[in-house]
Amino acid sequence: MFLPFKGPESALIFFVVLALGLTAIFFMGKLRIPTAAWNSIPSAASRYRTPLIISLAMLFTVCPLMLNNYYTDVLIMAGIYAILAIGLNIIVGFTGLLNLGFAAFYACGAYTYALLNTKLGLGFWVCLPVSALFTSCVGFLLAVPAMRLRGDYLAIVTLGFGEIMHLILNNWDSLTHGPNGITGIAPPMIADISLSDLRYFYYLVLIILLLSLMVIRRVELSRFGRAWKAIKENEIAASSVGINTMKYKLFAFAFGSFWAGIAGILFAAKMQFVSPESFTFIESVLILSMVILGGLGNTYGAVLGAFLLVLLPEILREVQLYRMLVLGIGLVLLMRFRPQGLLGIR
Amino acid sequence: MFFQQLINGLTLGSVYAIIALGYTMVYGILELINFAHGEIYMLGAYLGIILLGFFTASGLTEQSLLLSLILTSVLSALFCAMYGFTMEKVAYKPLRNAPRLSPLISAIGVSIFLQNYVMLTQGATDKVFPIQLGETVLTFQDVRMTVTQVSIIAVSALMMLSLRLFISRTRIGKAMRATSQDKIMAALVGIDVDTVISVTFVIGAVLAAVAGVMVAVYYGLVNYTIGYIAGIKAFTAAVLGGIGSIRGAMLGGIVLGLMESMGAAYVSTEYKDAFAFVILIVILLIKPSGIFGTDLPDKV
Repeated sequence: MFLPFKGPESALIFFVVLALGLTAIFFMGKLRIPTAAWNSIPSAASRYRTPLIISLAMLFTVCPLMLNNYYTDVLIMAGIYAILAIGLNIIVGFTGLLNLGFAAFYACGAYTYALLNTKLGLGFWVCLPVSALFTSCVGFLLAVPAMRLRGDYLAIVTLGFGEIMHLILNNWDSLTHGPNGITGIAPPMIADISLSDLRYFYYLVLIILLLSLMVIRRVELSRFGRAWKAIKENEIAASSVGINTMKYKLFAFAFGSFWAGIAGILFAAKMQFVSPESFTFIESVLILSMVILGGLGNTYGAVLGAFLLVLLPEILREVQLYRMLVLGIGLVLLMRFRPQGLLGIR
Repeated sequence: MFFQQLINGLTLGSVYAIIALGYTMVYGILELINFAHGEIYMLGAYLGIILLGFFTASGLTEQSLLLSLILTSVLSALFCAMYGFTMEKVAYKPLRNAPRLSPLISAIGVSIFLQNYVMLTQGATDKVFPIQLGETVLTFQDVRMTVTQVSIIAVSALMMLSLRLFISRTRIGKAMRATSQDKIMAALVGIDVDTVISVTFVIGAVLAAVAGVMVAVYYGLVNYTIGYIAGIKAFTAAVLGGIGSIRGAMLGGIVLGLMESMGAAYVSTEYKDAFAFVILIVILLIKPSGIFGTDLPDKV
């Protein structure tokens, strides 16, 4: 007897999951988690902010000296994702514009460097501002027509943009080599020293992350940051007190994409290889999950979310296979029990 | 060539149309993009392959092909209906008064969860239905049309017609229309809004499941990722017709299917999937309310 599935027990799983879901219905309404401990996290974090930042900075400075190459590599990826997350946080967290295609901007930064480097031979330091500004322009150009839409519709348009970008990277063989990707991208150089050594690269990412945190923090506290938050709270009220909402929303998109460009060029320089596979819809959702987990609108939260979502699957190696499964359930539970994220304040 | 593509497009389009109905009904009532709707369709397709395989192995398909196909569709629909019901209760109902962003993210979570658990239990490779159904081909001059294609178009038309009758004639259909106009007023005149929402999700899931079974039979293979792409395309169809409008979703599905098969034939096969996204973006930018939708002003 031939059955086109992996045995009856795998089909039975369908029933098990359904049964679990049905029982969950009855507990969802009753379940309460103690909130006092949760709520003390943000206030404690802000009270001990200075010592916390100093000790974290020291810890991360000495990290690569104590860790082997593998964990340094993981920390580099966490740093790159942290830059992505704080970039997306500007768009989603500060301004409240849901972007489901952020991986497209990340891809844009990575491919700009990959192409400029392999075709024209330009170095990392020249490409860094070029990539970032180009990605920023792409973000701005997408935003110009998309800003006429609100809420869910904007989310869907950005998702469509992400998919189109992925299709173009996959099919424009003469430029991007399609699914095979671009190989042989040069690592960054300082004088004659190549930063391809993971430990050097770690410090490069760390410095850029700290710089980006400083810049974004300054912008958040400026007129721009206040305008974004006003737009998020109530767009009509914001425009009635004289905020040019269109201008500030466009600027949020361009500024957020700028950091995706930076993260993209770091990724391309670290891997020395890019392919469309790294920039799928799931990647966008992963970055969004980092921002949401940390707390929408909280820059430090976005960094925390990025580190948690990159490091946790590495620590729990056995469950790596179930990573995305857990991410899915996690998003549903997070929205139900703590929609403001770990460091957010309601 | 043209008529051949017309037939292919109609087949594809009627599948998009019945998936799109699920999006449009849920949006009409909850103003929520049910991101996980495509995954219900994917589950339906998997169940179609599994059940048909089971019926073939037990000899029922040989005795009566029609009976086994009907049984497969009914069982798959029943099962997906339960999934739709559960999904709404677990992931969306607790968030009904939350900010707009929350249910959408919850929906993405459900979608990722369903995709990955099907991948983990059923494997990441394409599942192929090993038995060829005896295909009769109707030839009309140089246009070929399989019985499967004709039945897909016929079944879809039948389902759309019954949905229309259900919504316009029955009590619960009337309650659905009232709820989509104004939830609070509907509750005031004694409509149980929770039941109406559950019914909406169940109907959407049944339609998606049948679409899934039909596609499984038509292509003979399924994959855990089909739900995402089909979901986006069906959503495009719903937006094209005007989201919230039932006849809009039907028309939008057919138009999208036709555009896609014509585009693949005359423009480029590689960018076949991009047509849907480009159409979606263009519609949203030019006329977000779609063909049959109505423009609503901002509420202050």
